[in-house]
Amino acid sequence: MSRMIMGTSPHAEPFWEATREKKLLMQWCTTANKPIHYPRQLSPYTLEDTLEWRESPGKGEVYAVTVVYKPSMPMAKVPYAVALVDLEEGARMMTEIVNCDPTEVKVGDKVQLTWDELPGGRHMPVFELA
Amino acid sequence: MAYDPSYVRGKSAIVGVADAVSPTGVLGIPERVLEMQMIKEALDDAGLDISDVDGLCATGFMMPSMELAEHLGITPRWTNTTMTGGSSFEVHVQQAAAAIACGMAEVVVSVYAATPRARGKGLGDMSQMMGMMDSKNPMPMVEWELPYANVMPAGAYALAASRHQAIYGTTSEQLAQIAVSTREWASMNERARYRDPLSIQDVLDSPMISTPLHRLDCCLVTDGAGAFVMTSAERAKDLKKKPVYVLGGGTAHDHAMMISEMPDITTTPGVISGRDAFNMAGIKPSDVDVLQSYDSFTITVALSLEDLGFCEKGEAGAFVEDGKIGPGGSLPVNTNGGGLSYTHPGMYGMFLIVEAVRQARGECGARQVPDVNIAVAHGMGGVLSCASTIVLGTEDTL
Repeated sequence: MSRMIMGTSPHAEPFWEATREKKLLMQWCTTANKPIHYPRQLSPYTLEDTLEWRESPGKGEVYAVTVVYKPSMPMAKVPYAVALVDLEEGARMMTEIVNCDPTEVKVGDKVQLTWDELPGGRHMPVFELA
Repeated sequence: MAYDPSYVRGKSAIVGVADAVSPTGVLGIPERVLEMQMIKEALDDAGLDISDVDGLCATGFMMPSMELAEHLGITPRWTNTTMTGGSSFEVHVQQAAAAIACGMAEVVVSVYAATPRARGKGLGDMSQMMGMMDSKNPMPMVEWELPYANVMPAGAYALAASRHQAIYGTTSEQLAQIAVSTREWASMNERARYRDPLSIQDVLDSPMISTPLHRLDCCLVTDGAGAFVMTSAERAKDLKKKPVYVLGGGTAHDHAMMISEMPDITTTPGVISGRDAFNMAGIKPSDVDVLQSYDSFTITVALSLEDLGFCEKGEAGAFVEDGKIGPGGSLPVNTNGGGLSYTHPGMYGMFLIVEAVRQARGECGARQVPDVNIAVAHGMGGVLSCASTIVLGTEDTL
């Protein structure tokens, strides 16, 4: 799918750069020992820069899923499955479930990371059924 | 200092209301003109004059109350620009009630006008709102959710509905019943956008937007405007209409525009706002005679019924199934026809308050619920993000 990338944050640059090598980086608070997504400038657990990047294994479970038939973006090809995925390490992210019939994706399905190419060599993290 | 609900409970009242809607959905009047018309109409409803107003609430992006005051020719000594999306006006009531109770303001006005139909479709205003224009400092939603082309806001609510269905077994028929009951109310309101009868099958047959939500699970997009006037309980006694007292208020938010940030997608911050509002008012759900509950989507109502304590978590589907939120039911909900059938310009919370006040006054004609003493307005802003609950009561409840 051609994706609307309207901007990226300077503090999320390591995340986006790592997608060139198809690596999913997750921010962790080293004090709370908890993952954080989306990337922040300071940790919401300490309100300080107790943050480091760790690579995510990219395994998780579908927390919620919706199949889109009437997209608000004109370039989107319907139907497609937008999901919230709970990663095994404890973070949640919005994503798309690809490489399957979107109507077959169910809450609780195990999923694994895959990648969708973006213009300029970066990639968008998406998931497929495990 | 110990919390004492009696400090605010019943110390202020809503004394004037106004709203403007159109059966075509189009008003054809500029927003600023609508705002001023609504304020004048609400003041007339109360028997007050613009010169009486010393507190002003407005929503918007840059100093909205200050600009509005210039147009109104007033110098407010209390100002409020709280912007929590669709629940903004419930927050205004809560905060104005506290301000009036402690003498910081005596006559407070809040106003809303939006003409999305005049603006036409497109991302013009929306892109500005979402910070899309600043590629170096995008809003989190723009960077982390927009690339997945989730429908906004319907897709966020669809995700909540999908999990509610998966975990609790809620059916699309049960959600559709909410739209059907709401349309039954609208059929008794000659000012509603849609009044024709609706069946569960009609909802299920309407185009799928984002599963499990069909077009008729989604609110309207119409022009609309409204305003309310509040003053102290003491001053309210001498005004034109029967005062509708503010008995309680509560507000909470647990995320902003990213549905992926919501801690539990099937439990809204209405749990907190409702608890606080009901505690301050000293009431329980069974005391509520009429409920105006934000219906951006059918699932919004279902979650709110649970979170306000009208039924247990996960049981809203069964709760609404027998039509009890429709005319003649035990819990009348959205008696003007709601955002689903009456009007929905974008931040519907104003219309919840206007209808709650009119029901408490007994002004609603064919759709009037008998013997309303307690009316609740429950707003929801963002994507199930900020809930604000207001409990209103007649003199008998003081």
